[in-house]
Amino acid sequence: MNWKTIGHIDDIPLRGARCIKTPGMNIAVFRTSENEVFAIENRCPHKAGPLSEGIVHGKSVTCPLHNWVISLENGMAQGADEGEVRTLEIRNEDGLLSILLDQPMMVAAE
Amino acid sequence: MIQKLVIIGNGMAPGRMLEHLFEQAPGAYDVTIFNAEPRVNYDRIMLSPVLSGEKTYEDIIIHGDAWYEAHGVTLYRGDRIVEIDRAKRTVTSQKGVVADYDRLIIATGSNPFIIPVPGKDLKGVVAYRDLDDVDAMLAAAKAGGDAIVIGGGLLGLEAAAGLKARGMNVTVLHVMPSLMERQLDPAAGYLLQKALEDRGINVLCKANTKAILGDGKVEAVELEDGRIIPASIVVMAVGIRPNVQLAKDAGLAVNRGIVVDDGMMTSDGHIMALGECAEVGGQVYGLVAPLYEMARIAASHLAGDKTPAFVHSDTPTKLKVTGIDLYSLGDFAEGPDREEIVLRDATAGIYKRLVIKENRIIGTVLYGETADGAWFNDLKKKQTDISEMRDTLIFGQAYQGGSPLDPMAAVAALPDDAEICGCNGVCKGKITSTITAKGLTGLDEVRAHTKASASCGSCTGLVEQLMTVTLGDKYNPAAVTPMCTCTELGHDDVRRLIKAKGLKTIPAVMQELEWKTSCGCAKCRPALNYYLVCDWPDEYADDYQSRFINERVHANIQKDGTYSVVPRMWGGVTNAKELRAIADVVDKFQIPMVKVTGGQRIDLLGIEKEDLPAVWADLGQAGFISGQAYAKGLRTVKTCVGSDWCRFGTQDSTGLGIRIEKFMWGSWTPAKLKLAVSGCPRNCAEATCKDIGVICVDSGFEIHFAGAAGLDIKGTDVLGLVKTEDEALEVIVALTQMYREQGRYLERIYKWAKRVGHDEVRAQILHDTERRKAYYDRFVFSQQFAQVDPWSERVSGKDKHEFKPMASVGYGEAAE
Repeated sequence: MNWKTIGHIDDIPLRGARCIKTPGMNIAVFRTSENEVFAIENRCPHKAGPLSEGIVHGKSVTCPLHNWVISLENGMAQGADEGEVRTLEIRNEDGLLSILLDQPMMVAAE
Repeated sequence: MIQKLVIIGNGMAPGRMLEHLFEQAPGAYDVTIFNAEPRVNYDRIMLSPVLSGEKTYEDIIIHGDAWYEAHGVTLYRGDRIVEIDRAKRTVTSQKGVVADYDRLIIATGSNPFIIPVPGKDLKGVVAYRDLDDVDAMLAAAKAGGDAIVIGGGLLGLEAAAGLKARGMNVTVLHVMPSLMERQLDPAAGYLLQKALEDRGINVLCKANTKAILGDGKVEAVELEDGRIIPASIVVMAVGIRPNVQLAKDAGLAVNRGIVVDDGMMTSDGHIMALGECAEVGGQVYGLVAPLYEMARIAASHLAGDKTPAFVHSDTPTKLKVTGIDLYSLGDFAEGPDREEIVLRDATAGIYKRLVIKENRIIGTVLYGETADGAWFNDLKKKQTDISEMRDTLIFGQAYQGGSPLDPMAAVAALPDDAEICGCNGVCKGKITSTITAKGLTGLDEVRAHTKASASCGSCTGLVEQLMTVTLGDKYNPAAVTPMCTCTELGHDDVRRLIKAKGLKTIPAVMQELEWKTSCGCAKCRPALNYYLVCDWPDEYADDYQSRFINERVHANIQKDGTYSVVPRMWGGVTNAKELRAIADVVDKFQIPMVKVTGGQRIDLLGIEKEDLPAVWADLGQAGFISGQAYAKGLRTVKTCVGSDWCRFGTQDSTGLGIRIEKFMWGSWTPAKLKLAVSGCPRNCAEATCKDIGVICVDSGFEIHFAGAAGLDIKGTDVLGLVKTEDEALEVIVALTQMYREQGRYLERIYKWAKRVGHDEVRAQILHDTERRKAYYDRFVFSQQFAQVDPWSERVSGKDKHEFKPMASVGYGEAAE
């Protein structure tokens, strides 16, 4: 298992997100109003919009491009839209955040 | 000891006073009355029925000879008092009678006002004050022919109706645009005029009498506009003047009337005055109710009880013309602090209007059905809070009955041709039949198809009730379109409650208004953030996490996640230095696309998010600030070159545009706000499809608003013409502030204006200078917090987390 520290929870605004760059993909790390953290691929299933730029509400984010609402818990598009984003494992140890690196992150997209 | 009481005048007021006095203090006074008229006390209010033939003189006598005898009153008939000697306390009559007094009451009433036109003294010109006048009219009526009544007030119209009933051909001349303008609003005045015309009475409004023509006796009336109308009798009923000559000659304090205190005492402690000749609290009175009140108070004071005091109260006006029911009470002028409830039924000829201020009735106009006049008067007098029964109030007392109130029953009972929407003239039948025919279920649909409640919206409640009556359970009257799924409340309710409850944070709004989600959604949060920024500019801390990405990073997100940046170019004017700086930025950051926008400035597209602060830093060096091309706020002010260059330019349109932009930049609005100023009606800046536009003309600045050139295309409407740049700026700023305060989030100005009504906007911004100033001041106040360049803030480090990844991981590591 390859956990990588990415920073502190306070680096992320409440009801906001930050971006993690990896060779294979961009990851969005979210912090909800309840101080929960979630990591998903920073790419809307609709038109690849940067989800980290969306408005965070409850345990969802609304994509800034066309207002798709994506669940942070399971990556599913909400409502009438159909689509799914990869969710990633994230660990919160007293505010210190780390994610589990895996194969797709490590391989640069062709 | 018995005192001597002398009364000058024998009208209704002293008559009533004596009744009270004889009851309260029988035998206390020895009473002598001098009456210029050769009659006993009769009911002058009933002169009209005598004229029309419905009553005789005998019917209207109040005190017959026997009454005077029974109370030991000495009555001199047809004998006028010519002098009061206050030192000797005596009065002297025309016929030489001298009477001394302990107490004197002046009740000389009033004289008809005779307009000073040539021919006013001709035979056949009469007033309408006493039985002599009525006799003169009756004599004329016997001969038949044409009668003219000058004056379209209460008395004039009663005279006209009476003469008509006596078979004369009657014309009413009225100076004002509508009849009885002091008692009726124009709508009721119109109905009244129609009713009179239906009876064959000619009514000419705005008719100025120039002269009364005739050789020895009246033959015709000539108007200012040259028309000549034949007449064998002319009745002057244009008003009355308190008859104060005698009091004046005696050296008493006289203003419009004889000045008395609230105990009816004149400036001489032995002399009282009452009736139409008396002025109390700065007012003189002509209707019987306050005159009787004066009588009651004077009697009490004479009887030794000095506690009662005269208090002003509004008196209802009723027209005594058989078959015309009309009732008017109080103050019914329109005003910004007043609202009104109106009911019209065209077929039945019914018009009812209540003027409400702070949930209290302050004025009533009833036409066609006046049964509830007394009830409304009662509510007004008692200052009853009517908010509980507001929905059914206009239907009258019968509908109030038992609780709970059922407005549905009242609406269901309305006839099909009862007008529901006054703005658009839509009646009940039209609404219900359209709902059924088109299968409508929503308020917006009904508005779209019938226009009912689509203008001022004040009849929305009635329309919703009609929908409930028509659709039953299929319609939920509470179904205001909610802001989003987080709440049942609509935008307007939320805005109202934010102000009313003083809610100053998003969590406070969500708590107090019982949001169904913990932290809202992407629809409601930006809206709430805007409402709070707008309503509490100095107190609210802008919540960037509730702003759309563009407003958070002050650039426009593009489809590939890069951004575009638009620096402000005031009024679309630039120069070499600015252009060079832009060129340098383009080179340095290898910006792939440079494009001139529709708003007369330059767009730099394809900038990586991480580069934004550096791009702004370089642009800032050259003096640029953000063009806010992303904002729900002031975008651009387009201009043409105007009088500085253009051979057609009438004003400095460029200068005005720049001035407006410098004044208004940074302000947030419900949706984007685009302006333009054109230097002449050729309109090169395309101002007539903007949210707000100005067309310069020789005489000033024509302010336009509510245009659209996006999803919808719509030309602007003219708000009005102002003379100076300063006025233009104030009007534009005030209009913007009104929109800021009332608009729903993402609602462009043309939709807002349609919703509240263009006339309402015009009334508040153009005609109500105080309101305009208040809107303007609130905008100016808010600007001190809003005019901060977001780019320079971010160059100095604000929100720097936005522009950097939190971490980069996995680079240089082998995949497992």
